[in-house]
Amino acid sequence: MNPKLEELLQQGPMAINIGIYDFAESLQNQGAEVVHVFWAPPAGGDPEMMELLDQLL
Amino acid sequence: MITGYVICKNEYHDSVFLMRVAKKLSEQKGILQAAAFMGTDKNKVLLAEIGIHGADISAATPNDLILAVKADSQQFLSALLDNLSQWLQPEQSRGAATTRLTLDEAVVQEPRANLAVVSVPGAYAGRVAQKALEHGLNVFLFSDNVPVPSELSLKEYARARGLIVMGPDCGTALIGGVGIGFANVVRRGPIGVIGASGTGIQEFTTLVHRGGAGISHAIGTGSRDLSDDIGGISVLSALDALESDPTTQIIAILSKPPGPVALSRLRPRILRCQKPLVICFLGLKKDVPFAHPRCQRASTLDEAVALALQIATGHPPPNFHGESPQLPALLRKEQARMKPEQKYIRGIFAGGTFCLQAQQILQDAGIFGHSNTPLEGNLELADSWQSLEHTLVDMGTDEFTSGRPHPMIDSRLRYARILAEAQDPGVAVLLLDFILGFNASPDPAGELAPAIAAAKKQIQERGGFLSVVASICGTEEDPQGLLRQTKLLEEAGVVVFPSSAQAARFCALLAAGYRKVIDEP
Repeated sequence: MNPKLEELLQQGPMAINIGIYDFAESLQNQGAEVVHVFWAPPAGGDPEMMELLDQLL
Repeated sequence: MITGYVICKNEYHDSVFLMRVAKKLSEQKGILQAAAFMGTDKNKVLLAEIGIHGADISAATPNDLILAVKADSQQFLSALLDNLSQWLQPEQSRGAATTRLTLDEAVVQEPRANLAVVSVPGAYAGRVAQKALEHGLNVFLFSDNVPVPSELSLKEYARARGLIVMGPDCGTALIGGVGIGFANVVRRGPIGVIGASGTGIQEFTTLVHRGGAGISHAIGTGSRDLSDDIGGISVLSALDALESDPTTQIIAILSKPPGPVALSRLRPRILRCQKPLVICFLGLKKDVPFAHPRCQRASTLDEAVALALQIATGHPPPNFHGESPQLPALLRKEQARMKPEQKYIRGIFAGGTFCLQAQQILQDAGIFGHSNTPLEGNLELADSWQSLEHTLVDMGTDEFTSGRPHPMIDSRLRYARILAEAQDPGVAVLLLDFILGFNASPDPAGELAPAIAAAKKQIQERGGFLSVVASICGTEEDPQGLLRQTKLLEEAGVVVFPSSAQAARFCALLAAGYRKVIDEP
């Protein structure tokens, strides 16, 4: 059983878009509900800092 | 010539937006070349390759935007770089992006959300996808370069909670008529699709639409899902869900051949499925059975569509083999002006699945060659940028897309490759694919038509003839319009087929001396 996936198929996508903005726009143009997240690399993209943040959070 | 660059600290933009910025910059007066990159190590290498480097570029972070330009003169360079802000403005109203939210805040704002669409760079994608799953969201993971252990961990986490991870490297999904990523406008109907490749799903769904039926849902799984490393976790979840879904009457599974472990997990599940199944494992020799009355096998996407349509409508499917009465005349016409030394097919693909399928079709016709993604029996190109004899190249692979958008969005590399192929006196046929739909180039045919015309002209000036054969994956309802795109290509002298398989078969006939067959029956 995949209740969350089955719910997605029944209800249609209500999406949170993280990354390429165009994907949010095309979802919205099709009438889907979408919230766009402005994403940027965490810790300035520094892998060591990201590891540290992962451990802290 | 003069070069210059500007670094904008903490100014992150996505790769598609930056591709458009670079294109606009390069179109300005006096500008020879322009690049717009975030300051990743990979992008710094690309900048160095075009002669742009400096201590501050070395110090830039992935959060810093680098705009670099080569210009005719200092005047043009200054005019551009002094007015940077105008180039970083969105070019149209951007309705969905009005607030600066984090994922945690977005989930609070939209508690009914059921899907995260993740397209951040691969190095970060696993973290973002995991967080989305922890919020109870299904994940469409467009990002590639996600390591296998991370994919496995995400998918096991999702499966244990009734969720799915579509991807990584998932190009396309259609959920209840809504296209996600690179998807086409197709009618709804009884056929559900599970697909390992985006272009495979696009070809299947558009041909179903053009055949008069429709799609309930199309669920992408990512290209590695049926590898033994992953074991088909997302395929199995998708199959469970489509079997339970009341709008789905028929299920099609499209993938590269599964690994033996994945197949051993998939086979019993398929045999338990209560709905009719159509299975297409591209590149698989035809000897792996699924002996079950409800399960039918197809060796090409066209055959899979034909079988699904037949089950859905109860009528014989349309002719997907392109064997029209006009075919012999068309072949004669294309071959008549070729010189004897023109022997080779060059396939320049945006869609990886089309490249794979074309290799299979050519091999079935006895034509073997080279590729950067070779099917068993073909040879790997030593240099993917340089064709050799028969060559079919997938221009959507990492070597071509590192630091650049996919060829479905950005035609520039395919443009250059078409011109390069025309230099080779052995080339007889160019085989191309054009992919329409959401988020693809707004005018793929229009972008490549000048290169096609120039290549044809160059070979004509040498006394030969270049046959250009193409397929268009799309529907009339797509933003680009199938008819308009077809007309553009036909006006450029391209022989256009409705499917990639038909186009490949036509090339096989051209290359295999069909002239002899039809002239001397």
